[in-house]
This record gives sequence, C-alpha cells and structure tokens, in this order.
Amino acid sequence: MAHQILSTPLADAPMPENRFKIILGMLWRDKFAFTATIILLVTILSAILGPWLFGDAAIVMNLRARNAPPFDLSRGFAFILGGDSLGRSILARIALASQTTMLIAAATVFCSLVAGTVLGLVAGYRGGLLGEAIMRVTDIIMSFPSLLMALVILYVFSPAISNVIIVLAITRIPLYLRTTRAEVMEVRTRMFVVAAEVTGASTFRLVFKHILPIIAPTLLTIMTLDFAFVMLAEASLSFLGLGVQAPDVTWGAMVAEGRAYLSKAWWLSFWPGLAIALVTMSLNLLSNWLRIATDPLQRWRLEKPETQNV
Amino acid sequence: MGSYLSKRAVWSGISLFLLVVMVFFMARLTGSPADLYLPIDAPNSMREEFARLHGFDQPVLVQFFTFLRGLVMLDFGESLRQNRPALALVLEAMPTTLLLAFYSIAIALIVAVVTGALAAWRPNSIFDRIATLLSLIGASLPNFWIAIVGVLVFAVGLEWLPTSGTGSVAQWILPVAVLAIRPCGLIVQIARSSMISVLSAAYVKTARAKGAKSRRIIFVHALRNAMLPVITVAGDQAAGIINGAVIVETIFGFPGIGKLMIDSITYRDFAVIQAGVMVTAIAIFMLNVVIDIAYAILDPRIRMN
Repeated sequence: MAHQILSTPLADAPMPENRFKIILGMLWRDKFAFTATIILLVTILSAILGPWLFGDAAIVMNLRARNAPPFDLSRGFAFILGGDSLGRSILARIALASQTTMLIAAATVFCSLVAGTVLGLVAGYRGGLLGEAIMRVTDIIMSFPSLLMALVILYVFSPAISNVIIVLAITRIPLYLRTTRAEVMEVRTRMFVVAAEVTGASTFRLVFKHILPIIAPTLLTIMTLDFAFVMLAEASLSFLGLGVQAPDVTWGAMVAEGRAYLSKAWWLSFWPGLAIALVTMSLNLLSNWLRIATDPLQRWRLEKPETQNV
Repeated sequence: MGSYLSKRAVWSGISLFLLVVMVFFMARLTGSPADLYLPIDAPNSMREEFARLHGFDQPVLVQFFTFLRGLVMLDFGESLRQNRPALALVLEAMPTTLLLAFYSIAIALIVAVVTGALAAWRPNSIFDRIATLLSLIGASLPNFWIAIVGVLVFAVGLEWLPTSGTGSVAQWILPVAVLAIRPCGLIVQIARSSMISVLSAAYVKTARAKGAKSRRIIFVHALRNAMLPVITVAGDQAAGIINGAVIVETIFGFPGIGKLMIDSITYRDFAVIQAGVMVTAIAIFMLNVVIDIAYAILDPRIRMN
C-alpha cells in the first residue's frame, strides 16, 4: 500500500500535492461527504467574509421590509429569504451570525481538545495518583446534568460569549480526556513505543513523535462530531436566552428571536434553523467519511479500484 | 455486583455533594433575591424584613450550614415564588419529564432497532442506504428546530395537533415525536453496525445452516447480542432527555423539570434550583444503575465480574 499518508495526518508528507489529490479523490468517491465539504467550505467562507460583506446590510433597518416574506425579489436579492421583525435582511443576518456561531464552536472544541488531550496523556501515560485524581474529577463532571448546570452557571455569571465557551468547553473535556487516555494506554504497550523507550527516547519525544500521531485520527473524527454537538448546545443555550446576547447574534439566537412570530412569519426561525441543521448534518457526514478514510482497514472503500493493488 | 454498586453510590454521593455545594454558592453570588421579589420602590425596611424572614441577612456560611442541615432531612427549603416546599414542586414536575423520556426512548428504541436490524440484514441494499441517510439526518437535526417546524406544520398549518399543554393525548404527540427523532437516528446507526458484526458470528452461521428463517435469525439469535451497544446509547439519550428536555418543555409549555428550572432561574428561586439539580442528578444516577443491570441481564459474562 503506497498511501499511508492519511493514517498519520501530522507526519510530514513527502509529496504534498499528490497527497492533496488523493484526499480529494477519496472525497469524490463519497458524494455525501463531498457535498458536506462544500457546505462546510461555504459556511467557513461566510464566517470569514460575512461581516465584511454583509455587515452593513445586516444592520440597516428597512421598516417597509418588516417580516417581508421570502422568495420575493422586489426588494432585491438580499431579501430572498425575507426580512426579520425589524426589517433587516435575513440572508445578511445569517451570514453575519455564521461568524459568531462558528467562532464559539471552534473555540470551545479547541479548548476542550487541548485540555482533554493533555490531561488524557498525563492520565494515560503517567497514571499514578495524578492520573487517578484526573479520572475522578472527570467522573464528577460527567455525572452533572450538563445542560442544567450550564444554564445555572450562565445565569450566575452573565451570559457572555466567553462564558458560553468556558461552560461548554468544561462539559466537553471528559470526551477527549477519556478517549486519549484509553488510546494512550493501548498504544504505549505496542512494540515500536517500547522500542523507542528502550533506546532512550525522551518522554517528550515518545509522546509527541510516537504516541500522538497514532491517536490523532481518532481525535480528529471525534472533533468533527463534537463540533456539531457544541453548535447544537450553543444554539440551545442561545435559544433559551442564556447564550449569546444582542447585539451579538448566532443562528440559535436568531431562531429564538423568530419564535414570537412563528404563526405569522415562519421564515424568521426556519432559515437560521436550517443553517444549523445543514452544518451539523455536514459535520456528521464528514466525520463518517473521516472514520473510514483514516482507518487503514476500511480505506479501500474510498480508493480507486486501480490503485488498490499498487 | 453489590460491591460495584456500593462503590459507585459512594462516588455519586460525593459528586452530588460537590454539585449541591457549587450550586448553593453560585446562586448566592447573584445578589440578594429580595431585590428581584419586591417592587423597585419597596422601602429598605421592607427589604430587610424580607431578607430576615428568609434568612438572607445571615452570613453565607451560616446559610450554608442551615442548608446542609435541611439537606440531611431532605428539606431544600421553601420556594420563594410559590410559598411551598421546593422538593414538592420538583417531585411534582419530575413524572412529566420522566414520562416524556420514557415514551420517546421506548418509541425510538422499537423503531430504530427494527430498522437497524433490517438494514444490517442486507448491507448496501436500497433499504439500507435510505435508512442510513435518514438516521444521519435525524441524528443531526437540532431539537428546537424540529419542534418549531413541527408546530408550524401540524399545529399552525394543518391544525391537527394543539401547540401546547399536557391535558390530552394529542398534546403529547409532538413533544414525544420531537424528542424521539434524535435518539432514533443515533440508535439506528449503532444497531446497524452492531448487527452487522453479530451476523457474521459463528452461531448465526450455524442457525442459518440449520435452516432457521431469516426473521428468526435476526430477532431471536442475533438481536440479543447486538443489543449491548444499543442499550448504552439509549441510556445516554434517556439521560440527555431527563437533563435537557428544557427546550421541548419550554416550546410546548410542558410542566416538566426543565420548564420548572428555567422559570426558577428567571425568578431566582434558589431553593427550587438546588432541589431541581439534585433530583435530576439522582434520576440520572438511577438510570445508569438500571442500564448496568440491563447489561448484566443481557450478557452473562458481565454478571460474572
């Protein structure tokens, strides 16, 4: 098998161009994953450029376009998805909100990933009293009713973006921690790690050069799924009014705003909700693909028939 | 099993205690509830009177020990809003949420296990592809969005179902359906992959060789062994509903624990918040014990350990 590339995404690829092509080809073989990637790319682009392109359009209030119905082009393309209760373009607001939505989810996943992986490495590699203590604290976090706790915490410490990130990150740490620990405990008994240990590699080298690259694909798959989960959790909090507060806006907050107008103007809640649904669905599809693509035993499903015997 | 359960109970007791301590101090950080309960123009004497009556003028530590003493006797104090024992309010709301969780998970389990098993019987068939795609969609849709679309279509548009309330059977249909979709999607995926691996086991081949009907092979021989991971996910999802039915309960005006918590948070009803978090945590603990027992029943190997 010539392509060991995907199993170790952290390792330096000898031919970056070729590697990119292979990944693209494997994506193309799974049409759902391919569509999902495009949706996610559009979302990321909108998160980066949205406020710059639509920032003004999302703030301008046009009272004549209050609750303007969707698919009506008389007010211009900006109102193709309709207007909200203050006459702002829903399309522009979705683009603007994508930034905050993605930022919160990305920051949460990043924080819990880093904290969880580091603590998991310590618990799994060093073990001992420290490892035991880490696992007990994890058990405690996991036995909390997380959404209720998040609500209480956000109510006490005023619902700001940073607090939402901290609260969500803490509830997600156990996931990464437990996965990393379990994998580390298995990987460290493998021959190549023992061999490196015997030849006198430093702990730092062992962990970062030998153990982490093996665990990385699993973490990557979990991360994709968890990103969707965090997005839903943030949307739920914002929906209940304890997440992001105006003037900041996320998709969840938009759904909440529109709820009051549900019987008269369904589009206010429908579109931002659809945006959440599309992105979480894409993440699930992509994670499915990642699981297969990073598993050397299953990867042949995504590879071209003629390259199978190379 | 016994020593395992008692060890687990001790740990859960410790985390419950920490949880309650945390909630207690956090709730006290928000300021005096007297400000929220009395009108803005209430004179200071009235505020002091209110604080004295409910013990808010005492040092936080004194309040804490009073609280702990009450805890031992299962007394969480009075709800400020309704002048009734907090625990009674929570226990009144709990059955609604538990029933909601029970119905949703039961329906999701039945639908998902049958679908997953049939999809696994012929992997990559049309039925399998459709089931896999639908389960993926179901697993990734946000709860509140399904709820809102459900209300739009079935209550506002078609006027088949009521938008809120708990009186009649019809009022349970939407909330249960909304809560069942996500667990259903997740369980189909798990049931399918678990079934596929079980179907390649030797005893299934034996059954097939002996000429058993395929329906019998799936539902009698294989299913029991494929159920373990399914139980894990179903239990997880049930815990999720007990802890997170807040949204569905808010949208449909269901008087369950989630709605009670949200209302108590808005009105700064300390006693009810504490009792609510505590009772929910206990409910989730009990659920986990039930899951462990279900494991032991399904798999004799676990019983031995």
